Amino acid sequence: MTLRTRNKLIAPKLTREMVEQLSAAKNEPSWLLNARLTAWELYDTLNMPSLQSEAWRRTDYTTIRWEQAGRVVYGTSAGIEAIPAENLAPLIGDAQGGLIAAVDGKIVHSELSDALKAQGVIFCDFETAVCQHEELLRKHLMTTAVHPNEDKFAAMHAAFWTHGVFLYVPRGTVIELPLHSVFYNTTSGLSLGHVLVVLEEGAQVTYLHEYLSAEAPEHMAYIGMTELILGERANLRFVSLQDWARNANDIRHERARVAAGAQLDWIIGTMGGRFVKQFAEIELDGEGAFGRMSGLFFADGHQFFDHDTQQNHNAPHTTSDLLFKGALKDQARTVWQGMIKVLPHAQKTDGFQANRNLVLSPEARADSIPGLEIEANDVRCTHAATVGKLEDEPIFYLMSRGMTRQDAERLIVAGFFDPIMQRIPFEEVRARLTAHIEEKLERVAQPV
Amino acid sequence: MTAVLEIRNLHVSIDGKPILKGVNLTIRQGEIHALMGRNGSGKSTLAYALMGHPAYTVDEGQIIFDGQDVLEMEPDQRSRAGLFLAFQYPVAVPGVTLANFLRAAINARRKEANPEDKGISIQDFRRLLLGKMQMLKIDPSFAGRYLNDGFSGGEKKRAEILQLATLEPKIAILDETDSGLDIDALRVVAEGVNKLIGPNLGVLVITHYEQFLNYIKPQFVHVMYDGRIVEEGGFELAEKIQQEGYDWVAEKYAAA
Ligand SMILES: Nc1ncnc2c1ncn2[C@@H]1O[C@H](COP(=O)(O)OP(=O)(O)OP(=O)(O)O)[C@@H](O)[C@H]1O
Ligand SMILES: [Mg+2]
Repeated sequence: MTLRTRNKLIAPKLTREMVEQLSAAKNEPSWLLNARLTAWELYDTLNMPSLQSEAWRRTDYTTIRWEQAGRVVYGTSAGIEAIPAENLAPLIGDAQGGLIAAVDGKIVHSELSDALKAQGVIFCDFETAVCQHEELLRKHLMTTAVHPNEDKFAAMHAAFWTHGVFLYVPRGTVIELPLHSVFYNTTSGLSLGHVLVVLEEGAQVTYLHEYLSAEAPEHMAYIGMTELILGERANLRFVSLQDWARNANDIRHERARVAAGAQLDWIIGTMGGRFVKQFAEIELDGEGAFGRMSGLFFADGHQFFDHDTQQNHNAPHTTSDLLFKGALKDQARTVWQGMIKVLPHAQKTDGFQANRNLVLSPEARADSIPGLEIEANDVRCTHAATVGKLEDEPIFYLMSRGMTRQDAERLIVAGFFDPIMQRIPFEEVRARLTAHIEEKLERVAQPV
Repeated sequence: MTAVLEIRNLHVSIDGKPILKGVNLTIRQGEIHALMGRNGSGKSTLAYALMGHPAYTVDEGQIIFDGQDVLEMEPDQRSRAGLFLAFQYPVAVPGVTLANFLRAAINARRKEANPEDKGISIQDFRRLLLGKMQMLKIDPSFAGRYLNDGFSGGEKKRAEILQLATLEPKIAILDETDSGLDIDALRVVAEGVNKLIGPNLGVLVITHYEQFLNYIKPQFVHVMYDGRIVEEGGFELAEKIQQEGYDWVAEKYAAA
């Protein structure tokens, strides 16, 4: 690497002392401090990712202003009242299964229904987990799904994570009421959140996680991780919705491990932020494992979204199904790059991936890069990628029934997203998203 | 007051190619007209031009409806004013259910009548829709299907008539609604159309077949040839065409 590019790829100025201070402020046991310090060493030695690497060649993170976004934020004076009420309401009916909320890197609310507690379910923040469920946390945190050495951002996260949610569902436990957590930010600076879900054999749960923030004048960066660990025959429906304000940069490593016979239904919604790079990967580790990933995104203004997905078939008779649908307008840019990998012994696997983009203005651009790496010979893997515009004929058809052009376009865009929307099992959340999509359609782009 | 659709000396081109070359036709609410003519003679072009399809350029002539200059209106305004076109080739709109679509169409009309309108209630809409579906023998499950997406040819045509029944226009153009229907479906659709026909609905039926006209009983039959209406008459004209085809028309009107 030349000196010039090295200089361009500036990393935020984070020190070992900062790790020690954060760990001390959280009163962490020594194993955790040591884990952070090990990660810090890694952070210190790793280069920032090269912009020539496959993961980053379309995605220029050097626009992130680390002088604003590089200061670790661990709590402010803001509390739960900062979060819009609609994002805290029970997901189904009036009963709350469990709700955890973090504001500016600190947990401000944590509840779990008595019924679920009685079933042995753990749904708590990381600080509580460190005190009360140390063994479990230590066993699963960044050991199985995502590791600190993925890249410099992962190492940064492992050294400096500020907040996390730990969901643990014991063997055979089926949870009816959905669980819900919200990470909210009110300021600029660096926020490092973590979602860790562990389902033991045969456990079943539906879980919604949301990322939100208030508009702040300076850059915010969320450097996050999500780990989903499914035991044999476990069943997880995980809905993850992101709606950061326009000053937010979001770089996230997310990975699910799916054991034999387990089923993962993973829905990803991306609406907000200025810059998003999200690695989302499914590892189908055991025979008969099933993983579905559905993505919905809408980029407007100068938003940049990059979804980087992998479906890894590591065992025979595994099935993966991926569909990402995105709309773009104004000068927005999106990238979806997806890879299906099949290991040599993973015979009789079935992998599918599709990315559909609807480009609503001539200056917006969507890149769609599907990929297959198949080492087994008895598999069925297919992919599809399209980038299209709104078509005249459906618009004319709808207008011929009395709808204004605007209403016709709105209906067609809503229809475009409908197949993914139907996979979100909460009516209120769907309504919120639909309203948001309409708002984006009508929104007049602001200059940067 | 009876609404009148008046087409005067209409010239329409597509991509600079003249298709309609001076069409004159007047349809009043309550009247039933049939338009026949060879493939490619310009029947659908007339229908699309009436509805304001952007690919069809009106080069000359006028369309007046209910005293308004239709050519100044967008397709949605034409629809809300009371014009309806049952498409020869209905368009699929994936992701939009038939029910959601019809509700949006009804609400667009209500909003035009009263800008404060909050839209039809779910119960009222359901009742309305189920009633009309029953009349046209359409399975209620169609309400939840994506509009024309994967519908069979006959299902699409039925769905067009369902829209006609729901939106209650003043003048409707049915562009080959009968083609692609099996014998039973043809009867159901024709009976459905007949129920809608009355003093408040004027119809222009574009068809190739006498069979449909036997049900609908048009008072006026027009024959189009090379972008013009060249023959006009009563039901007997349709019978003549059914028996003799169009060769005589071609011979009579072939450009000298
Ligand atoms: N979008 C278009 N682009 C180019 N030419 C067109 C287009 N639409 C129609 N035409 C041409 O205009 C002429 C009239 O077509 P039109 O569809 O109006 O015929 P029609 O009378 O409805 O025929 P049919 O009985 O087969 O439905 C035809 O020659 C056709 O090829
Ligand atoms: Mg035609």
